[in-house]
Amino acid sequence: MDDLLADFLTETNESLAEADLALVRLEQDPNDSATLALIFRLVHTIKGTCGFLGLARLEKVAHAAENVLGKLRDGAMSATPDLVTVVLTALDRVKLIVAGLESTGREPEGEDAALIADLDAIYEGRQISVVIKDAVPTTAPAAAPALQAPVEAAAALVTKPARARRGNTAAPKPRATSAAPPTMAAARPAVPDAEQNMPVSMEPACAAPAANVPGPVVAGPAEMGGGEQVLGGQTIRVGVDVLENLMTLVSELVLTRNQLLQLARSRENSGFTGPLQRLSHITSDLQEGVMKTRMQPIGNAWNKLPRIVRDLARELGKKIDLVMLGAETELDRQVLELIKDPLTHMVRNSGDHGLETPAERKTAGKAETGRITLNAYHEGGHIVIEIADDGRGLPVDRIKAKVLAKGLATEAELAAMSDEAIQRFIFQPGFSTAAAVTAVSGRGVGMDVVKTNIEKIGGAIELKSRPGEGTAFTIKIPLTLAIVAALIVEAGGERFAIPQISVVELVRAQNGLGAADPDNGHGTVEQTGSVIERINGTPVLRLRERLLPLVGLNELLQLRAENGRPALDGDAGDQALTIVVTQVGASQLGLIVDRVFDTEEIVVKPVAPLLRHITMFSGNTILGDGSVIMILDPSGIARASGVAGSGDGRAASSLAVQDNAVGQVETTAMLLFRGGGAGLKAVPLGLVARIERIAADKVEHAAGSPVTQYRGRLMRLVAMQDELHLERGEHPVLVFTDQSGQAGTELCMGLVVEEIVDVVDEHLHIELDGAGDGILGTAIIAGHATDVIDTSFWLTRAQPDWFSQSGPMASSGEDGGARKRILVVEDSDFFRQMIVPVLQAAGYQVTAVANAMRALALRDSAQSFDAIVSDIEMPELDGIGFVRAIRSAGPWADLPVIALTARTDVRDVELGRDAGFTDYVGKFDKDALLESLRQCLAVGPSPRNEHLAETFDEVPPRMVA
Amino acid sequence: MRDTTDLAQADRPTKLAEEEQMFVTLSVADQLCGIPVLAVRDILGPQVITRIPLSPPDVAGSLNLRGRIVTAIDLRRRLQLPPLPPGTTQMAVVAEQSNELYALLVDQVSEVLALTASAFERNPPTMAVEWARYSTGIYRLQDRLMAVLDVSRLLALSTHMS
Repeated sequence: MDDLLADFLTETNESLAEADLALVRLEQDPNDSATLALIFRLVHTIKGTCGFLGLARLEKVAHAAENVLGKLRDGAMSATPDLVTVVLTALDRVKLIVAGLESTGREPEGEDAALIADLDAIYEGRQISVVIKDAVPTTAPAAAPALQAPVEAAAALVTKPARARRGNTAAPKPRATSAAPPTMAAARPAVPDAEQNMPVSMEPACAAPAANVPGPVVAGPAEMGGGEQVLGGQTIRVGVDVLENLMTLVSELVLTRNQLLQLARSRENSGFTGPLQRLSHITSDLQEGVMKTRMQPIGNAWNKLPRIVRDLARELGKKIDLVMLGAETELDRQVLELIKDPLTHMVRNSGDHGLETPAERKTAGKAETGRITLNAYHEGGHIVIEIADDGRGLPVDRIKAKVLAKGLATEAELAAMSDEAIQRFIFQPGFSTAAAVTAVSGRGVGMDVVKTNIEKIGGAIELKSRPGEGTAFTIKIPLTLAIVAALIVEAGGERFAIPQISVVELVRAQNGLGAADPDNGHGTVEQTGSVIERINGTPVLRLRERLLPLVGLNELLQLRAENGRPALDGDAGDQALTIVVTQVGASQLGLIVDRVFDTEEIVVKPVAPLLRHITMFSGNTILGDGSVIMILDPSGIARASGVAGSGDGRAASSLAVQDNAVGQVETTAMLLFRGGGAGLKAVPLGLVARIERIAADKVEHAAGSPVTQYRGRLMRLVAMQDELHLERGEHPVLVFTDQSGQAGTELCMGLVVEEIVDVVDEHLHIELDGAGDGILGTAIIAGHATDVIDTSFWLTRAQPDWFSQSGPMASSGEDGGARKRILVVEDSDFFRQMIVPVLQAAGYQVTAVANAMRALALRDSAQSFDAIVSDIEMPELDGIGFVRAIRSAGPWADLPVIALTARTDVRDVELGRDAGFTDYVGKFDKDALLESLRQCLAVGPSPRNEHLAETFDEVPPRMVA
Repeated sequence: MRDTTDLAQADRPTKLAEEEQMFVTLSVADQLCGIPVLAVRDILGPQVITRIPLSPPDVAGSLNLRGRIVTAIDLRRRLQLPPLPPGTTQMAVVAEQSNELYALLVDQVSEVLALTASAFERNPPTMAVEWARYSTGIYRLQDRLMAVLDVSRLLALSTHMS
């Protein structure tokens, strides 16, 4: 029997029992609208489900009954005994059919025309036909017998055939196993003809007045549930909460067992050892048994897929072969329900986006029929599900374009990313690479939901894609949500559990001494073995050619170091530390712990509501020794420590400039390099579009200056060093581009440097002003004095008209008072990234946002600034509208707002001043901007120029905070 | 084993006579306080308490009560009283709030008293804010005064502490 049908039968039987009782109540109180509504709903549900399952006969009867009940419910007629009898007869007929379904798996044949005619007659308000009236003259007035008899009759009819053919129906429920779509015909056990006819032959007895069935039939409802039924014998419906409770109790039992075992271990040869071992075994078996009650084969989540894939293939004109392996792999019902939809979605995606059309496949030299493979297997307490296709693979270029269009990352950020990181963008909300929205997919909701759902149940999703070869998703989810394996670690004298699923490896490392020696080159550490290095105090570890960010658990959780182990930020000697490498989405993070104990199976319990705000913990648990410990949440820790949360692949550093709230120390990703004299140089990474290596023979000369052909056009090269030594070898080139600057033209410049050193995240604090042309100033980066280059200077060297004007850095470092806070509103990444260091160099604390709406959001969240610098031409809300919004009301109403614009003709300036701008500065006239800011801010905390004084009357009084 | 007395399940009448109510008395920084006996699930002796990093200052940690994790709240901190000198043991009164168990750490739990309503008075208006927030009133005992603590207010999530 089909699982769907089995569910329907179980449900319908329950509904019918309920409806019977309700009908009796109704007859006693014909105006009980609640009971009426209940009956109507039950019958309605039965009808609806029949239609869905294609049970025509059942549907017809239920439909006619529903009509009558509908009228009753609406008050169009009242429940007379006659009427109730007819409805009961209809319900009995439903039962009869259901019973037939139960025993044979198909609707018994029979004629319901008379009954339906009666029901329709009542519905249409005509007199009920004589059939029923004549037939039940005696039973109709007395409600109870009228009801009882049909039930018994139905029961009798059911039990007889069932009893007669028990042997045949013992055939097991077929499981959805492989590619073959389960069909009713295949799944149903063969039924001998004679038995199939049984219900039919009984039909007249029931179609005729039910009360006429002779009394001797004793089979009652009790016997129905007594194991005679196919359904009743195999399954029992138990509330999920009962199972949940059982599970919790067993979990507790496991914990107690663990405690006892620990105790017994310390006492050798005690009399407890034997019984305890037995208890241990029984507990394990019990745990397994209870787990099993919740376990279902994953095939249950798959059985609709063959049909979906078939329809999809037909719709898209593709040939798709669906291969399902490991359908019998079992997992927790709760988990199964949660992954059902994500799986369906992913298979659809594979068919729609992943696989090519037969023609495309032929040209690519592949078989015409594409293949989607589902594979499920157990692996160390987890279930792994792979969804793979042999299609075209994820198009990195299309994803890139989409990322740029959506503003999820800048081109510079993309350039620094691996293909895998870019492909992971498909897990971003609102992301779909399908060119057109089809009925199947491409609506841009999907993979992000899939990812969220999987992460919700403690799982992880990975993707591997190779162009032309296909895409494979791997989902790893815990078998059950109740018990997880966890690594127990110690930090600051406290123990913590880290879920094993997020632990990648353990690394022992020496606690190195601060930053590398300046004379020792640039950060290369010669020691063998791992050494924790520091970038301005921030610990990192070189792990297989990658920098692993580290977080000391002591510092993070504000625990005091104990046992003489020095805190990480102290001047520590060469100490061996243990690092737990955790995986959070695409990023890895190392947790420095004092000690590592063992792995233990723990029961995750939610933390008290009082503590839910602490995002570092996902729960707490009781260990085998009875002590309570907190379970660390690696993704919460990653978020708290600034590692890109949930693996969105975006560089956290660049977010800092754009998204950071005021008041926090903002870090900027800085590219360190050498060139143009001794010492390190740095440039904000966000400004650099790409880093290329250009060979000497590719350098040409045009109009006396060096150029190279780059992406189909000429790019000017400027060398940091005075003399270009480009004759030999390859040279690293920092490519600067600006697309959004001047209309239509893409500016492009290559800055030739000697060597790329590193990329570091640093709080950019320029301590010394520019020592020469092209240098903004000097900052301490990675523990070294580093010159931060003035990009605008070098850009104008390449292209004098890049900006209207450029010049040496104006000296404006005003130390002493609090740093003034400036809000920069600028849609062009390029200009934004350029202006921020300039203002920071001038001693301002800068917050930059990409559009006016974000700026207004900052205002609404009560952020305060001393001045605003805003672009004029911006999408959505332009600078004019923005300044009007600021001036109209709110705490920013009288802040100085300086306009930055490429257009500085008189009319534009007038327009801007009318809107409320304090000053107007050409883009990018650095000195003018700094001068303007100085003037605006010198006036006082709330400066007003003439214009503001004039319009002040219109400005509503400021609200008192 | 743990020194526990399950008072809630003790088969005692909670109302001996009309107007009479039973209280578990305890002391915090020498002040006698009372908690209605029906609100008390357990009385615990000194416990192993796990510190919870980053938790609010009045959360002392969590402890294991027969397989259930109970959040321990330091009543001295809650009432903004100076902490006990280190090494002093504390007792705990376990109470339930919206299906969660909490252990209120107190200096000492003494006895169960049956008190008549005639000895009850409202909080004096001059009472310190921290106390007035958590106390429903005062009982005049023969030799001293007992503040009645409202468990639900003590365990309310919103802490207005700085």
